[in-house]
Amino acid sequence: MIRSLLRAAAVAALVLQPIAPTYAVQPDEVLADPALEARARELSKDLRCLVCRNESIDESNADLARDLRLLVRERLVAGDSNEEAMDFIVDRYGEYVLLSPRATGANWLLYAAGPIMLVLALIMAGVYLRGRSNTKAEEDAVQALSEQEKAQLDRILKD
Amino acid sequence: MITELGHFALILAFVIAIVQMVVPLIGAHFRWPGWMSVAEPAAQAQFFFTAFAFGALTWAFVTSDFSLRLVTLNSHSAKPMLYKISGTWGNHEGSMLLWVLIVSLFGAVASVFGGGLPPTLKARVLAVQAAIGVAFFAFILFTSNPFLRLAVPPFDGQDLNPLLQDPGLAFHPPFLYLGYVGLSMAFSFAVAALIEGRVDAAWGRWVRPWTLAAWIFLTIGIALGSWWAYYELGWGGFWFWDPVENASFMPWLLAAALLHSAIVVEKRESLKSWTILLAILAFGFSLIGTFIVRSGLLTSVHAFANDPERGVFILIILAFFTGGALTLFAARAQAMQAKGVFGVVSRETALVANNILLAVSCFVVFFGTLWPVVAEMAFDRKLSVGPPFFDAAFTPFMVVLGLILPVGSMLPWKRGVLGRTMWRLRFVFVLAVALGVLAWAMQTGRSGLGPIGLFLGAWVVFGAFADLWLRAGSSNRLGRLIRMPRADWGKAVAHAGLGVTIFAIAGLTAWEAEDIRVAELNKPFNVGSYTLELQDVRRVRGPNYISTMADIEVTRAGKFVALLNPEKRDYPVAQMPTTEAAIDYRFLRDLYVVIGDQQDNGGWTVRTYIKPLANWIWGGSLLMALGGLLSLSDRRFRVAAGARRSPREGVPAE
Repeated sequence: MIRSLLRAAAVAALVLQPIAPTYAVQPDEVLADPALEARARELSKDLRCLVCRNESIDESNADLARDLRLLVRERLVAGDSNEEAMDFIVDRYGEYVLLSPRATGANWLLYAAGPIMLVLALIMAGVYLRGRSNTKAEEDAVQALSEQEKAQLDRILKD
Repeated sequence: MITELGHFALILAFVIAIVQMVVPLIGAHFRWPGWMSVAEPAAQAQFFFTAFAFGALTWAFVTSDFSLRLVTLNSHSAKPMLYKISGTWGNHEGSMLLWVLIVSLFGAVASVFGGGLPPTLKARVLAVQAAIGVAFFAFILFTSNPFLRLAVPPFDGQDLNPLLQDPGLAFHPPFLYLGYVGLSMAFSFAVAALIEGRVDAAWGRWVRPWTLAAWIFLTIGIALGSWWAYYELGWGGFWFWDPVENASFMPWLLAAALLHSAIVVEKRESLKSWTILLAILAFGFSLIGTFIVRSGLLTSVHAFANDPERGVFILIILAFFTGGALTLFAARAQAMQAKGVFGVVSRETALVANNILLAVSCFVVFFGTLWPVVAEMAFDRKLSVGPPFFDAAFTPFMVVLGLILPVGSMLPWKRGVLGRTMWRLRFVFVLAVALGVLAWAMQTGRSGLGPIGLFLGAWVVFGAFADLWLRAGSSNRLGRLIRMPRADWGKAVAHAGLGVTIFAIAGLTAWEAEDIRVAELNKPFNVGSYTLELQDVRRVRGPNYISTMADIEVTRAGKFVALLNPEKRDYPVAQMPTTEAAIDYRFLRDLYVVIGDQQDNGGWTVRTYIKPLANWIWGGSLLMALGGLLSLSDRRFRVAAGARRSPREGVPAE
């Protein structure tokens, strides 16, 4: 973490121009080509502002976020595809910069956890529903109903 | 002096809570009426003393008593009165005091209105509730005492974080806490029922109002927070999947699941052990939320008290209550014999599906929130899990939920025929599809998100009201509609609220327009169909800030629409700038304008957003809360809550 921050700071120092506090995407950053700009905005939403708390560079006011936005645009203008631009940035800033981590290594668990849990829940619910709806349980339950429930029902009806 | 009395009252409340935790529990075990009845006056006294302590702290904030450490750190004499009061809970210590105040409030309310409860159950519920109180009293007194004095009081305070000085946020924490802590009541009922060893329809009926109340408060609290983010953070985002937002969202999802499964317990005496488990988990997630916010385990925009020692304390509380309750659950769950029998196609099954979707989606949020910590500790990978992941992983669950909701809510209990229920909804389906196609035709070359959102929203909203309409029968429809139980109306309104929110989120995301530029004075520019003109930029002095305020006139086809005053504020004491967006609120869209910095050529950075349906997000949330309120005021919660005892006044409608 600290190392990647240092590296980020070093990269930042190279491209940094002295700027007052800024607010998210600045007019002077916007690319002339609207298609490229749209792609840049799309990528920006998936990149984390490294010095902020849980903000993407698209919404962050920090200088470092601005540098990353400029870097994304620089790569796109240079002719990178979206993937190449992202790879370029991940190489320099580390995996931490991605807001949606790549499904490599143990990360498959993150993506599979929801579906696995859903399947498990459906299986459990299926077993439960079969138990609840089979006829034998129905007969048992009808008998169980007749004693306790009857007394209860009488009381409710009396009220 | 008042401060010392407040401190003393807090200690007294702590001691009373200990008594309330121990004595009624022993009494209930041996069926000693005298010991059991200790719970009621104790609960009320505990609330009284906690309220006194909280009042004393509020008084210190109102009078700006800077000899109190907490007041010095979080207040300032020039702060407006509203924020002096809200400053009481705008910090770690004060917010914990508010938390425990609400714990004791719910206990006191249960003791006053719980007349219909069987005495042993009541004693046990109040004892468990007191146990929660004891844990948090100890937490406050031993790690986060708000009543500490300063030996040398400073001349003035350090001010509250200016982002928090806002009317929306002043009431965001109390509502959230009412929600979190309201779930403690469901937890207490669940644990008491486990100790008692029986769960029946009456139990479901007692638990539901508390869950419903907690869920209403959570809904309002989350909506307030989201609304605040929308207008305060300066670019109109309303949900960030921030760990702390997730911390409040997870209990909300589980509370929604719980209040649906409690219906099955109440009406059909099934799903008992699952409902107990949900009640335990829902409060468990409230505690996890507290832990996440206070421990600094996960970095977040909200975390205002990052202290490992406190984190460990809350972790112990969390482990004790959820661990203890789950152990008890494992030991006793078999005793919960289900009675109701139902077919695979039935309302019961639909509610099971609802519970699966809500619980698994909560699990997804939980997993995503904690994954960065797990990945770093177990795999030494430093990574982030942010909005793109949650949007992709969570949304499908809500889409499926929306699709099955109208059908499921109209299926008959016990046994239904799927085709017949769907046939009754054919007009609703055609209408929803038609609206979706219309939206598709009217938009030019954009994603399918908007039309699909409109279809899904319309399907849920009209489906909810078709349910009411069809149930009213064919003769004297209006009269029957009006006399329909409030719970039925509540159900329709809350479901419609969900539909509205779904549509609004999809519409806003799909149809939002944005413009970023350097605007020069008196040079109009166009955004969408609007023309904006920056007329003036002024310096304005506020009570505790200095503002740079712009005058921007908005016209449409030559007609005046609004004069907007976006601001940049600088709070000199807190040394923090904030942006205050200017928003022209309209029914169908918001016009959202933010002013940035002055540029070298004399122009100013101006960002303009056209945000369609923004208000509908919070309108939908309010509808959900209103639906809950209607349901809560239903007759059956007010009369004869207990079927097994004399029909005295039941559990309160809060």
